[in-house]
Amino acid sequence: MKVLTANRLTDGEAVWYANGGWAETIGNAEVAHDKAAEDRLEVIGAKAYADNEVVDVNLIDVSVVNGIVEPVRLREKIRAAGPTNRNDLGKQARPTAARAA
Amino acid sequence: MYRYDEFDQDFVQARVAEFSDQVARRLAGEITEDQFRPLRLMNGVYLQLHAYMLRIAVPYGTLNSKQLRMLGHIARKYDKGYGHFTTRQNIQFNWPALSDIPAILADLASVEMHAIQTSGNCIRNVTADHFAGAAADEVADPRPYAEILRQWSSVHPEFSFLPRKFKIAVTGAERDRAAIQTHDIGLHLKKNAAGELGFAVYVGGGQGRTPMVAKKIRDFLPEADLLSYCTAILRVYNLYGRRDNKYKARIKILVHETGVEEITRQVEAEWQELKDQDLKLPEADIRAIDAYFAPPALIERPEGDEAVKLARLDSKSFSEWLDQNVVTHRHPDYAAVTISLKGIGEAPGDASDSQMEAVADIAEKYSFDELRVSHEQNLILPHVARADLKAVYDALVGVGLATANSNLITDIISCPGLDYCALATARSIPVAQEISRRFASLERQRDIGELKLKISGCINACGHHHVGHIGILGVEKKGAELYQVTLGGSADENTSVGEIIGRGFSSEEITDAIERIVETYLGLRLDPKETFIDAYRRVGPAPFKEALYAGEAKAA
Repeated sequence: MKVLTANRLTDGEAVWYANGGWAETIGNAEVAHDKAAEDRLEVIGAKAYADNEVVDVNLIDVSVVNGIVEPVRLREKIRAAGPTNRNDLGKQARPTAARAA
Repeated sequence: MYRYDEFDQDFVQARVAEFSDQVARRLAGEITEDQFRPLRLMNGVYLQLHAYMLRIAVPYGTLNSKQLRMLGHIARKYDKGYGHFTTRQNIQFNWPALSDIPAILADLASVEMHAIQTSGNCIRNVTADHFAGAAADEVADPRPYAEILRQWSSVHPEFSFLPRKFKIAVTGAERDRAAIQTHDIGLHLKKNAAGELGFAVYVGGGQGRTPMVAKKIRDFLPEADLLSYCTAILRVYNLYGRRDNKYKARIKILVHETGVEEITRQVEAEWQELKDQDLKLPEADIRAIDAYFAPPALIERPEGDEAVKLARLDSKSFSEWLDQNVVTHRHPDYAAVTISLKGIGEAPGDASDSQMEAVADIAEKYSFDELRVSHEQNLILPHVARADLKAVYDALVGVGLATANSNLITDIISCPGLDYCALATARSIPVAQEISRRFASLERQRDIGELKLKISGCINACGHHHVGHIGILGVEKKGAELYQVTLGGSADENTSVGEIIGRGFSSEEITDAIERIVETYLGLRLDPKETFIDAYRRVGPAPFKEALYAGEAKAA
């Protein structure tokens, strides 16, 4: 399973493709369950990059736990949450996001 | 301290205007990321995990109070209230919006600062001994030469697109506090038998995935020949340095593959062509730059001895800080103070906006308005009257910056690691924090004595693990963090690259492993004066391997 992630051009904020747009948290990201869905996300990512909305576009591995999307790799967990040494920073400092470690 | 002349100020202002225009065009979608990336990198703007990162140059690590205050202002206004001082004597902000960077650069330019050449395959910030101009053991202040190199290397047309980045460090003392042998060019300022100033020149040092100790290619280069000789080195590198493989593109690989004799011959041959041309430094120009670095007028403050003696009796913690963080100054009434950015359990090198402002105030009041950033990620007050040390200590206590651990095991160098960095493969800050907490007792740290522990979160070695007495390298293995330990590295005048001691440790195991290494050292040292590195050089890795892995061998 994969989701599409990038950083927003204007401020570098880590974002994930969800509900037809770019969300600041990963929880509701659109999950690709097969190759065809991955290809579709890749096309969306390439267009958003070409349209100068986002940079550093990637498909990343995720799992879905109780309906919530979670990254597999620690790197992506940290992107989705914030620095593990500063829980007051990044998305984890907001009420709706989980910590990476 | 160096002040911008009209040319410097115009140049920096012009660059702010140029990059502001480039950012505006990027945000308007007029240029693509592929077009913009090299432009932003030339101006210190990276993209990391959570946001953009801005790396600001602190030439040879020297700052005045106004500049540090501005860094505090930037941290508060545009970032998240803190900055990270780096092993290249620079500072990084971790959260700036691209759209704010023009305003940040304009603010920086107003205090003679910028982010030019803090990235890219060019000559980077020239670093120097953080005690330059204050150290009792230096022959001369190395910073005027670092400034000459800065002026020469800034947007140098021939050397702006080198095979790879290029780092130069300068020290003015026999005791090398600038790690010159780990740099592309290391310069040791010294005097010859006739009392003239010049340099021993080292080439081809570096860390990263292929650590190399620099080779000395010239024992004495007259100061007037500094630029022609560096140009000769850069020309040879620019011509023959590998561009086919990023990982083999640094000059250290060229020196290694070519051999030191042949590279020396090539450099000397190139230099013969250059040495008597327009790069020869006129004596008047050197002295003019020297004058910018004229030491402050240090008035006699003989009351310091008595004041320190009384304050010691009054406060054990002051006394401990004095022993650990205060070093001899060339003027007997003064001292140089290390402000540790390694509070127990804190992220190495981080300082908050209010801490920066407080330190700026202290420097203004007690250190002739001058500060340094050390490559060990601490701040330095270079010229403090001994009579004022207690007042400085009290002020530092007030902002949580009086940790008495300079050169001890908790004075850890650490890169940002996977908590911030897009290149990292493992976290390094949390490892540093846990080790710091484990060894929190100052009594225990002082019993262990001088011990340089350095942590990198990937093979690029920004955390200098190769040259740590104890080095830790974090990698990713089978989806988990794994920490390799190296022992016996050193970054002083006896530079050595540490040796991998054995299999790596998980994040849960690493602190215990470090403690076992330290306990092994304590058990085998000849006496408390034998430091960790001296003991390691005497006994080698065997006792440490035994302590770490013997149980496994028996179990197997």
